[in-house]
Parts: sequence; C-alpha cells; structure tokens
Amino acid sequence: MKRTLRGKVHKYDKDNIDTDVILPGPYLKIHDHKELAKHAMEGIDPKFPEKVSEGDFLVTGNNFGCGSSREHAPIALSQAGIKAILSPSFARIFYRNSVDGGYLLPIEIDGSTVKKISDKDELEINLAQNRITNITKNEQYPMKPFPELIARIVESGGLMNYKPA
Amino acid sequence: MTITEKILARAAGKQKLSPDDVVFAKVDKVMMHDVSGPGVIKVFSEWEKKGVKLDHIWNPDSVWVTEDHFVPAADRVSAENVIALSNFTKKYGINKHFKYGLGQYGICHTLSHEEALVLPGEVYVGGDSHTNTTGAMGTFAAGLGHTDVAYVLMNGQIWFRVPETLLFKIEGNKPAHIMAKDIILQIIGDIGTDGANYKAMQFVGSVVKNLIMEERLTLTNMTTEAGAKNGIIEPDETTNAYLRERTDAKYSPMNGDADAHYSEVFTYEIEKLEPTVAKPFSPSNISAARELQGTELDKAYIGSCTGAKLEDLREAAKILKGKKVKIRTEVLPAAQSIYMKALNEGLINIFMEAGAVVGPPTCGACCGAHMGVLGKDEVCISTTNRNFPGRMGHVESKTYLASPLVVAASAVKGKITDPRDVKN
Ligand code: SF4
Repeated sequence: MKRTLRGKVHKYDKDNIDTDVILPGPYLKIHDHKELAKHAMEGIDPKFPEKVSEGDFLVTGNNFGCGSSREHAPIALSQAGIKAILSPSFARIFYRNSVDGGYLLPIEIDGSTVKKISDKDELEINLAQNRITNITKNEQYPMKPFPELIARIVESGGLMNYKPA
Repeated sequence: MTITEKILARAAGKQKLSPDDVVFAKVDKVMMHDVSGPGVIKVFSEWEKKGVKLDHIWNPDSVWVTEDHFVPAADRVSAENVIALSNFTKKYGINKHFKYGLGQYGICHTLSHEEALVLPGEVYVGGDSHTNTTGAMGTFAAGLGHTDVAYVLMNGQIWFRVPETLLFKIEGNKPAHIMAKDIILQIIGDIGTDGANYKAMQFVGSVVKNLIMEERLTLTNMTTEAGAKNGIIEPDETTNAYLRERTDAKYSPMNGDADAHYSEVFTYEIEKLEPTVAKPFSPSNISAARELQGTELDKAYIGSCTGAKLEDLREAAKILKGKKVKIRTEVLPAAQSIYMKALNEGLINIFMEAGAVVGPPTCGACCGAHMGVLGKDEVCISTTNRNFPGRMGHVESKTYLASPLVVAASAVKGKITDPRDVKN
C-alpha cells in the first residue's frame, strides 16, 4: 500500500447507503470481479463506473455499507477504481471486508469535513501523517488514524497476507 | 468488564480489554452456508493457484456448514453451489454438513441453537450478517465476510475491535399479545438502523429473564438491523435447561462483572407496549399495528431465522386455530426438526386447515431468493427481519415486519390487524 494516495472525489452525500444500493442482489451470483465493477453503485447512480478513474475516492454520509455481509460490495467499488472511501462512519462488516480483503481503505473523517469536500475535488491522502490535503481548495483536514493492527493489515494488503506477530 | 469484553479477553489471552482495543482472538466455532461458502471456496482456490498448500483446515470439528438460502436448488447455479460445498466438506473432513433432504437441515442461525452447535462463553463467527442471533446463548457471535471466514478456517483466529456495550433493560409484566419481536422493533425504531453500529447490544431485566430461549433469540437476531456487532444475553437456568435437552457437551460460561461499564443504558417498561409493525422500507420505520389497521395485504409470510422457530409457529397457530386465512399465507418452519415438532403438536394441521401452505425449511423469500418472492406492488406482512426495497422480491413490492401473532391475525382479516382484535 502506497503511503500517499491521490485522486478525484465522487461525492454521495447521503446516510445509510446500503449494500443493496452498492451492489444489487441479482448480481450476487457473479464471481468475476471485473464484471461486478460494471454494477458498482447501480442502485444510486448507474453511470458511476464510467465516471471513476483508477485511484479515485468516494466521499459519503454516515453508516456507509450497512445491510448484508456481501463482500461483493467492496469488491465492486475497488474494481471500479475506488481506492478509499471517506465517511464519518462505516457499517462494521463493510469496514472489515474492505480492510481484510485488501480492496480499499475505509477512512473515518468528521461530518464537518464531509461538508467541506465537494464533488470532483482533487485530494491527496497522506497515510503516514493521517492528513488529507484538498488540492483544489488548498485546505487540510485530519483523518482518524487506523488502529495499529488495522494499519498493519492495510500495510500487508489484506488479512491473508498479514502474519500475526 | 461486560460479558462481551470478558469472552473476547479470554479468547485473546488478555487480562483486561476495553472498548476500541483491537485484538486477535481464538475462535471456537465457525459457520458458512450456500451463499458465503462458495466465496470461501474461491478464496481457497486462489491461494492454491498461488502455490500455497491447503490440504487441511484448522479444526474440521469446529466448523459446520448448512444449505439454507437457495435450497431446494432454485436454479442451476444454486445446485452447483451446493455441489461445491459438498466437495469442500468432504475434502476437509467437515462432518457437520446439514444437507437438504438428508435428515436434519435448516436455516444456519436456527441450527446453531436447535442442534446446540454453539455454547455459552464461546467466540462464534459465521459468514452471514445475522450470526448475532446466537448471542442469546451467552456467546460472542458476530457475522463476517467470506475472506474473514476463509482466514478463520485456515488459522482458527481473527481480529476484533472490542465493542462498547449498550444495555437494554426490559422490565414490567409482559402482556400475552406482546412478543420479543414487538420489543426489538420498538428498540430499533428508537435507536435507528445505525444506533448500535460497532457496538454490543445486551439485554437484561425481568422480562428477558422470563423469556424462553426462542424468544430471546428474536431479540439478538435483529440487533443486526441496528448495525450491532453482536447481541448478547447472559446465560442462566433457561440457557442451561435448553442446552441440556440437546447436548451433553461441557462449556465454560461467562458473565459480566458487577462493575462492568455500559456506554448507555436504556430502560423499557413494556406493560403499555403495543403490537408493533415496521413499515416499508426500514426496520426502524415503526407504528402500532392498530394505527395501520385496515392496510390491505396480498400475502402473509411466516418464515426465517427470526420468525419460524417452534415458539413462533405455536403463537401463530393460537390465532389460526379453527379459522380461515383471507390472503395467501405461507409457513416455512426454520428447520426440519422444528417442522417435525410442529407436526407432532398438531400445528401443521392447524395451518393447513386454515388454508395456508406449508413449505420446506429454507431462507426462501426472506432474502428474495425464491419460494414465494413478491411481484411488483405486492404487499406482504412477514415475520422476517428486513424490509429494504426489493428485499423480498420486486423493488416496488412492500413488506411490513411484525410478530407471528400480528402476521397470523392479519392473515385472518386480510388486512393489518392487532391480535387483540381477532375473536377466538
Ligand atoms: S432466514 Fe433470512 S435473515 Fe435468516 S439467514 Fe436466511 S436470509 Fe438471512
């Protein structure tokens, strides 16, 4: 995992975006990850996969990823190009699926920071310093540091590659 | 420490744990089914492709597998998923594979208590979001995705962030028309669908003390709908008696300390609680059944790990006895053993004489898979646990969630009905 990420923001300022919206049920039988990407966020924005470039970020409201335990949800988002999601809170299974599968980074930020970031802003996320720079607006925001173990899993690129001490 | 903190501390080999600590903990039991299982199998085969030798798993006796979501096989893909599961359990020597049409089988969260597969004081994880259910046995029980389940199968442990605990004290005299479903719907209505995100929901109080095991399981089942990491009830005589009927396995239960810290305490006096219904499209969108009285319905569904345990069927039968249903009514007992007990108690007769259809145990339409999914504009009242758009079928169908008593009363009238308004 790179220590600095840079990309463009796709903002969906809504609370409780659930796994049925992120990857609708009828596609659960698909196991091809590239194919899943074509349906990412279909429940809220069918054009989403076309808008995203590799390395982009999602900025959203509270409780992102609530609902089922389907790992298809973070897989579809990461395959579409999303490298990190910035939200005040994540539903717990979505959070751990994102980290443990090594798909993308769930980054917790304040609700007030969500307000300051606009759609299409260019951000740089510095993981070593837990700092987000808004290049478009020339602003800086804090992010909640990952707990130590989670930082190490992120560093390893997922739980399967992580060797407990 | 709370019971949740103490179970995790023991499993992590720590003297003390506090909320937000992140630890690796040993797992005692793990479950996967015909939806999460194929994902786990895929993770295994990817590692094998990379040259990793996976000729055994951590402990085949701690694992069980069930076929519940898409059985009887809903289509070719479902049939092949079930074959893949059988090949996997055979290869790794997993004997506890509950197969459709081969003796006992049923919904995962029902088998975990019905077969006493999980015991008090244990750490139990499953590849399903409602794994929380089993916390009613005094277990730490949490749902995981398939990569995590695969990791547990290989390593026997997994990381947890220790949750803070919300304590729900349920007090007062429980009226006969109130079930655990009404209580948990009321709680979710109050705290919202993210009211317990990352947190433990623990239930105590005189009402909980007097609830039978199956009713306690309804409380913990729907902690998932409030976003909880786990739901839990401290084990007591009811827990022990329930287990003694099913297993002679020994266990080391855990209870919270007298000075345990709860991040919030909610007290409910339930004397005045009304039979409660969650309207479309959220389990937190609640109303009293009487306020919705007269809402026209197309169908009543009595099924799922939430609402088709033996006690749920008994309560529904109390209403349906000697009456006819006015709308399509489907009853799907949650496990083969529950079906048989219901048969022996005469409940199946009551349902069929009332005009309902009794189907095989399966998740079926609860997750919109098959066996009675809803069409466009259809309106259903259901004993299940979720009513998001499209959950039970078409995105423009509607599901109302309620207790088996309310669902049965509504089936008799063809409209949403409070059970007190059906004459015996
Ligand atoms: S019955 Fe419904 S809630 Fe329970 S495991 Fe099956 S799909 Fe999930």
